[in-house]
Amino acid sequence: MNTAIHLVYLACAVSFVIGLHLMNAPATARRGNQISAAGMAVAIFTTVVVLVRDHTVTTGAVIALVLGAAAGGLAGLIAARRVQMTAMPQLVSLFNAVGGGAAALIALGDRVVSNQAAVTGVLDVAIGGVTFTGSLVAAGKLAGRIPGRPITVPFGRPISAALTLVAAALGVWFVAGDANSWLLGGVTVAALAVGVLLTLPIGGADMPVVISLLNAFTGTAVAMAGFVLDSTPLIIAGGLVGAAGAILTKLMADAMNRPIIAIMAGGYGTGDAVAVTGGSGSAAVREITADDAAIQLAYAGKVVIVPGYGLAAAQAQHEAVALAEALTERGVEVTYAIHPVAGRMPGHMNVLLAEANAPYQQLKDLEESNPEFARTDVALIIGANDVTNPAARRPGNPVSGMPILDVDKARSVIVLKRSLGHGYAGIDNELYADPRTAMLFADAKAGLAALLSGLHAYAS
Amino acid sequence: MSPLLLADLTVFTLALLVGFEVISKVPATLHTPLMSGANAIHGVVLVGVMLLAATTTDVSGYILLAVAAFFAAMNVTGGYVVTDRMLAMFRSRR
Repeated sequence: MNTAIHLVYLACAVSFVIGLHLMNAPATARRGNQISAAGMAVAIFTTVVVLVRDHTVTTGAVIALVLGAAAGGLAGLIAARRVQMTAMPQLVSLFNAVGGGAAALIALGDRVVSNQAAVTGVLDVAIGGVTFTGSLVAAGKLAGRIPGRPITVPFGRPISAALTLVAAALGVWFVAGDANSWLLGGVTVAALAVGVLLTLPIGGADMPVVISLLNAFTGTAVAMAGFVLDSTPLIIAGGLVGAAGAILTKLMADAMNRPIIAIMAGGYGTGDAVAVTGGSGSAAVREITADDAAIQLAYAGKVVIVPGYGLAAAQAQHEAVALAEALTERGVEVTYAIHPVAGRMPGHMNVLLAEANAPYQQLKDLEESNPEFARTDVALIIGANDVTNPAARRPGNPVSGMPILDVDKARSVIVLKRSLGHGYAGIDNELYADPRTAMLFADAKAGLAALLSGLHAYAS
Repeated sequence: MSPLLLADLTVFTLALLVGFEVISKVPATLHTPLMSGANAIHGVVLVGVMLLAATTTDVSGYILLAVAAFFAAMNVTGGYVVTDRMLAMFRSRR
């Protein structure tokens, strides 16, 4: 019987790996997720069988387990079904928080933390605690409940450092033999506080990196919980997710050309760090009406649409795709150029555009897009800012060295944006002062609707 | 180190390596669903919470168990459903 159970758990772990592997390609991704979900269902069912067979669970524990799981499952289901695609990042962050919280609670609730599991128990509550509050703060920032700007807590860093030392000391004490659960509780409280202090100072632009990192943390915490319980499925799944999160974190950090340590140190995007370099001529920009812009787009041979957070915030993905389709019908070649950190989580733009039925073949990443701009007639930038700033090619400013979309290589540029306001880096975008750039000041949704009606009125 | 811990450590290390290998090839288009899908996979923590139930016998333990079960179940159902919703939207040119 035990062998059979282990083999079933092994099969579940295999389904997680295969599921993740199938998520490598858009065509198979959905099936991959379903295989992984099926493996999960089997793992949970098998665990029910184990509990029933062993007869060791008290009635109280059964009630607590069933009530908690039913309520949580229902809450997760409703939230997942109702969420708007633009609000996806904060929901993923919330699910990440509760996963980390559950992992931490496992070590706290395990009354038979043996000597061999003591180290992993401490790591579990420490990592799980940090990721619980950290992800909640990140979700709050993404949802706009907590201001997205970096919030500096007085003496935040020394306090974090002190708390980390305290947690480490308590952890060592616990491991060294005094298996007092208060020590573990102390580590947890310190970790919860560190999670808040760590995330508050991080600016909104760095959120894609932070939520990847917290995802990796939760995976690791779950693996540690697996050590505590000596449960292979938890160790394997946790390890997989830990690795996935680590890779995504690195990809995101590379896309912004900033070391992960600098991102975690926070404070980026306050806007007062560096004096603006180059043409700060907010007066020098050229404005364009929606109708003129529509005509320019209609008679272009190739248009590249560059979506950014403004598009997500205005929920204008359907309008953007409608415009692209109208242009395609006229014979204009349309593609989307998507910067890796556009939006609020990795690949956020792709999801939004996919929601609006944009064929994924038209979605091009940074490397694919940049050679294309030289033969592009119009680059239409919708609510993107820092990722198009040519200042990134020069040293000495907050965006220096960040890989950007070379929109300034296009024959002309139309920027659809509400104002000349700054992006998260807090500096002027030199692109706007370029003589080939025209500004269309509007909310992304209203502006795109105006472009579309202009297209119908003047170019049909 | 006990043989049990060594075996667990081996499994963990190999899982990390498999994770790196499997995920490093994912295109940027799928980063959000991938993160969300990975997020759902760590919902396996629900299995851990269920195993914990076997050793829980007092009221404070029950409360902790209920909260942990709430968190874990939310993670696992929400994670898979939201990922599926996202992936359902990815489609080819009609």
